[in-house]
Amino acid sequence: MTVPVASPGRPVPPAPDGRGPSGPRWDAAPGVIRPRHDTEGMVRWGTRLAALLPGAALVGLAVALLIEALPAIRGNGFGFFTRTTWDPGNFYNPPVVVNGVARPDGASYGAFPLIVGTLASSTIAMVIAVPVAFGTAMIVVHKLPRRLSNTVGMLLEMLAGIPSVVFGLWAALTLGPFLAHHVSPFISRTMPDVPVLRFFKGPVGSGEGLLTSGLVLAVMVVPIIASTTRDLLRQVPRGTQEGAVALGMTDLEVVRSVSIPWVRTGVIGACVLGLGRALGETMAVAMASGTVLGTVPRNVYSTFGSMAGVIVSQLDSALTDATGFAVETLAYLGLVLLAMSLLANIGARLLVRRASTTALPVGRGI
Amino acid sequence: MATVPVGTALPTASPHPDRALDTRPSVRRRRWSRRRAANAVYWGACAAALAGVAAPVVWVLAGVVNSGLRDWHWSVLTTQTVGTGGGLLNAIAGTLVIVVGVAVIVGIVGIAGGIYLAEFCPEGRGGLLRGGSEILSGAPSIVLGYVGYVTLVVRFHWGFSLAAALAVLSVMVVPYVVKATEVSLRSVPTAYRDGSEALGMPSGYALRRVVLRPALPGIVTGLIVAMAIAVGETAPLLYTAGWSNNLPTAHLFHAPIAYLTYPVWTFYNQPYASAHRLAAVAALLLVVLALLMIVVSRIIVAVTQRHSETSSAPH
Repeated sequence: MTVPVASPGRPVPPAPDGRGPSGPRWDAAPGVIRPRHDTEGMVRWGTRLAALLPGAALVGLAVALLIEALPAIRGNGFGFFTRTTWDPGNFYNPPVVVNGVARPDGASYGAFPLIVGTLASSTIAMVIAVPVAFGTAMIVVHKLPRRLSNTVGMLLEMLAGIPSVVFGLWAALTLGPFLAHHVSPFISRTMPDVPVLRFFKGPVGSGEGLLTSGLVLAVMVVPIIASTTRDLLRQVPRGTQEGAVALGMTDLEVVRSVSIPWVRTGVIGACVLGLGRALGETMAVAMASGTVLGTVPRNVYSTFGSMAGVIVSQLDSALTDATGFAVETLAYLGLVLLAMSLLANIGARLLVRRASTTALPVGRGI
Repeated sequence: MATVPVGTALPTASPHPDRALDTRPSVRRRRWSRRRAANAVYWGACAAALAGVAAPVVWVLAGVVNSGLRDWHWSVLTTQTVGTGGGLLNAIAGTLVIVVGVAVIVGIVGIAGGIYLAEFCPEGRGGLLRGGSEILSGAPSIVLGYVGYVTLVVRFHWGFSLAAALAVLSVMVVPYVVKATEVSLRSVPTAYRDGSEALGMPSGYALRRVVLRPALPGIVTGLIVAMAIAVGETAPLLYTAGWSNNLPTAHLFHAPIAYLTYPVWTFYNQPYASAHRLAAVAALLLVVLALLMIVVSRIIVAVTQRHSETSSAPH
């Protein structure tokens, strides 16, 4: 490849940014065929290394967690998933060795209530968030004028940008007490005693519990689902929709027969992604759930513990276990949590990659 | 192409295609009003959903601003935390140090990674790298914090330190920058690359001077979003940064550092009024910082969009 020749008398053309000749110029010496420095190779390899880092960090994360959790996996066994106790044992007695792993006398850990609590709060969140997010996306795409829909876009961004610990504070100090005083007693009184709805009956507690956590999780998950659904709905071919209208369909019928089939897979993917976020959310749930250990929640107002919330609130006290068994058990719990949220993430992305041109958002969806 | 014989019934949306449609005027009117009512209910539900999104934003922001301003005191900005009282100067300074550090690390690694995925990676070969980065963004933050504690703080003997905090937070937000960089670079027209190649530019130079320019607003926006998230994270920092009543030091290792999310999480349920005050003010500062960054990113997008529209419009 040759370098273009600029004759001495001719003005040098401005650089592509329009600021005139400045900085290192690729045609610095007119008429001289300059050997092309092989910076490209360096750039290529440097950037390739950087592109490898996130994936490597993910693998390193999983491996480090697995190594830390191995003694707990051996010591707790698979009964970890079915036991309901959470007893760190007596730190003052000499440690005992069970399954080849030292632990404090009487220590017994079971994650069943935590798994139930995590799944239940996430389920409540999804039941609320999916219709709300879908309806919002629908009205933004089809009804609102451009300026208003931009405002709603900003609302979603703000929702995604508010720190989770602030949501936690709001849930613990404002939303929880509000529900416990004004909403939950009414629901608890009026709900019929039939399956599923039975969980809405019973003592309403102080406001920390499944319902509060589920609501705050719903608020945090809505931006992911709503923004993805909005982008998908904007891609529904206009001609097909207008054709449906020309056939005499109402808006609702157009949505059901044209829009929903078109966006279905992508929306399901976004929902699964939101579920992954709800499962892994830490601070808001830790502050809104009451973080109790060893009890399975009885109704939607019961306090509970989530896996992430228990790791963050128990690590401090787990460090006082001289045998290290408590910390390793938390690693086991973290491994289960990581597996659940990564499965949701991978599943969502595989589903969407096969079916849609809109990529799923990263992380919180902003 | 299949031909449709004349007289064949067109496919209808009717749930019973075999049953003849009742076309008496009274029935048609009733059917129409039912469909219209269903439609109105549907849009009403959508409007309610929109209100359901807007209400919590307003409620959270109003609550945080209200309690934060009620407990506001200018000394918060100038004094350091003492126990559960005092000010938040150490936390504000620590958060700024952490965020700037994260921005530097993520700005280098994330942008370089995004450049590779968009420019150098052979078509269809980057799936694993891209997927790894995207899936990393789904890892629960407390798991990152736990692993950071167990490996960096304990096993590598870094202690509660800025270095451990930066490492964990950077891993957490790097996917945002990788994604933003890749998406913005992919939206730069191929003609730019072809043109600079035709002019004989080395590709590194062309990338720096031609291709990266139009992608810059998108990349900066991604970086700001990553910083906003770094400002608001708690779980990854609790067991890596620790907490300190003092201002940040120049030490990367073995020196705990304060940050704004800690007082919110730790002080909100302590039995002291001063602790509640600090939690409320810290929450206000967090929200202001995070929203400020989001607004800045929106302004960047808006300004660059207007410029690109005016430059492409015929004069």
